[in-house]
Amino acid sequence: MTTAAATAGERAGAVRPATMAQALGRALRDAMAEDPTVHVLGEDVGTLGGVFRVTDGLAKEFGDDRCTDTPLAEAGILGAAVGMAMYGLRPVVEMQFDAFAYPAFEQLVSHAAKMRNRTRGAMPLPITVRVPYGGGIGGVEHHSDSSEAYYMATPGLHVVMPATVEDAYGLLRQSIASDDPVVFLEPKRLYWSKAAWSAEAPAPVEPIGRAVVRRPGRSATLITYGPSLPVCMEAAEAAISEGWDLEVVDLRSLVPFDDETVAASVRRTGRAVVVHESSGFGGPGGEIAARVTERCFHHLEAPVLRVAGFDIPYPPPMQERHHLPGVDRVLDAVARLQWEAES
Amino acid sequence: MTVQELPGAAAYRPTPPPAWKPLTDPAPLLPDPEPYRVLGTDAAAHADPELLLRLYGELVRGRRYNTQATALTRQGRLAVYPSSTGQEACEVAAALVLEERDWLFPSYRDTLAAVARGLDPVDALTLLRGDRHTGYDPREHRIAPLCTPLATQLPHAVGLAHAARLKGDDVVALAMVGDGGTSEGDFHEALNFAAVWRAPVVFLVQNNGFAISVPLAKQTAAPSLAHKAVGYGMPGRLVDGNDAVAVHQVLGEAVARARRGGGPTLVEAVTYRMEAHTNADDATRYRGDSEVEAWRQHDPILLLERDLTGRGLLDEERIGTVREAAERMAAGLREQMNADPVLDPMDLFTHVYEQQTGQLREQAARLRDELEAEHDESGAEERR
Repeated sequence: MTTAAATAGERAGAVRPATMAQALGRALRDAMAEDPTVHVLGEDVGTLGGVFRVTDGLAKEFGDDRCTDTPLAEAGILGAAVGMAMYGLRPVVEMQFDAFAYPAFEQLVSHAAKMRNRTRGAMPLPITVRVPYGGGIGGVEHHSDSSEAYYMATPGLHVVMPATVEDAYGLLRQSIASDDPVVFLEPKRLYWSKAAWSAEAPAPVEPIGRAVVRRPGRSATLITYGPSLPVCMEAAEAAISEGWDLEVVDLRSLVPFDDETVAASVRRTGRAVVVHESSGFGGPGGEIAARVTERCFHHLEAPVLRVAGFDIPYPPPMQERHHLPGVDRVLDAVARLQWEAES
Repeated sequence: MTVQELPGAAAYRPTPPPAWKPLTDPAPLLPDPEPYRVLGTDAAAHADPELLLRLYGELVRGRRYNTQATALTRQGRLAVYPSSTGQEACEVAAALVLEERDWLFPSYRDTLAAVARGLDPVDALTLLRGDRHTGYDPREHRIAPLCTPLATQLPHAVGLAHAARLKGDDVVALAMVGDGGTSEGDFHEALNFAAVWRAPVVFLVQNNGFAISVPLAKQTAAPSLAHKAVGYGMPGRLVDGNDAVAVHQVLGEAVARARRGGGPTLVEAVTYRMEAHTNADDATRYRGDSEVEAWRQHDPILLLERDLTGRGLLDEERIGTVREAAERMAAGLREQMNADPVLDPMDLFTHVYEQQTGQLREQAARLRDELEAEHDESGAEERR
């Protein structure tokens, strides 16, 4: 289905299958149509429509000044976006791949994240940094990193990760509307995932920072986000035959972190496993496990476990399936949640 | 089988490659071989006396500001001060060539440029006093926060100027960086973006000879820093950074060029850092007195004073008036800096995000409890 056809269908109000990439593109288009200060810039985002085609059609509809192919330099792109935001624009930057965002790290950490604070609120920077991230698409080296731990460790940034088509639209709109810088992590392997969705009647979106229970359950809580959500949903289905009724919480953002939703779930179930693709050591799972333990210690029947990528550089594509947390690894962790006491 | 043996080889004609030509003619972009000078040349006679006297007043005031700020570090009133003593011509000219609607992007050594632009000296110094990262509203003064990481403010200047141009506003950004900063990737990326976007930006490199202790020869193999402009497709200008009139003229031309849509310019001002990197540095470890002494003879105030007195525009009385004004500024600064800044620790949590996150609310509450306990304890001690 071409974007044009999808757009026509959506205009007719039809609820039809849309991919996450299309929903993201539609979010950008709607944001740009609504607010003339929204500017998209990055590598290949103009004529080509981005290497994942998320920005397809934007340059044509809004012109090169609103959707700009920049020189190939990530620090320059984000640095320029900082200046544009200083002047009152609302830039949406695309970093072509997760590992190619690292040159922009100083601009992100030393400037984008700190400008509101260092100017005591006088100069907030409403910048959205879209990063196609994570593995599972057979990408060669430097195309599959999960870099969320770096970003979540930087005060001043929001870190948002959609896992569904509907959230891709809603969370991106919210991120662009935010007056704070947002690192928006788009799970590459979910770009082509489909769901029945209509841009004309998108579900109401809660503000950034609200986790959601994707599957209610009583036995244990799987805490996850982004590319690992489908894995956890599948694991929860498979667990039924083992006698476990798993609850799945989709964090949707690491910053802000929704302690309430997560703790309420774990207090109900008494057990928790954190699942993510990012390496385990120093990864988000450690922070999440600590927060859960601090808040739910007396409700816990077992230590909070983590299922994460190994502590290795991202492997070559022919080996990546061994690295990525899959259904079996999730179920193995669930099995280790000290069920002996129950029997 | 050789080419000749191929069937139809006799008719074979290699296709000529598409014609190549340079994107830009490099000749007009090249800087002059010598730094441009006005003072001490015939051109000085044509300079506007009013401008010369204004520059002189600002230089004297700027020098006094520098010496006063350095003195404040010794009194413990400033945490650190990177002095621009010897570089006042660049600092002052950068401020004076801009219109009120234009933007200045200073580095940490450029508090003087911000002050010369009209910023309150105390507000300019909060970063270095250590009470506030930025002591002013950048949008109110159109002065970006003083930038400590090297050259990272340059892409901001480009983005801001680009945004202004997109909005149809007549705004020029002037960004300041040192010789060491030209080695940073952000310098390269900013100049490249500016040239590609034809952004109304002027880059002022103050080549003061040293990046802390490292001399220019270890920083670059380029003929001059101004030559770097050519590689980006923008003009490079080389100017004597201690000749306030020349710097003012070259920067003024670059600003005018940017304003009329001509795109960015790279200006290298050759100057010298008369003081150590900061008060915490010891310059005797890496340079000799004779070098410093030679530059002392080429002091920006001396050069201008000599010219002005030679032409009868300045006399002892007038010099005295200018110096008195500078002393009053220094006394005011001293007095204001002697007062301890009033700080609210709860401010630490106020401006991290537009809306405080749950964890920041928790942490703010914890700090508030600690402060109250501290207050109660000191109150109890006083009662004893």
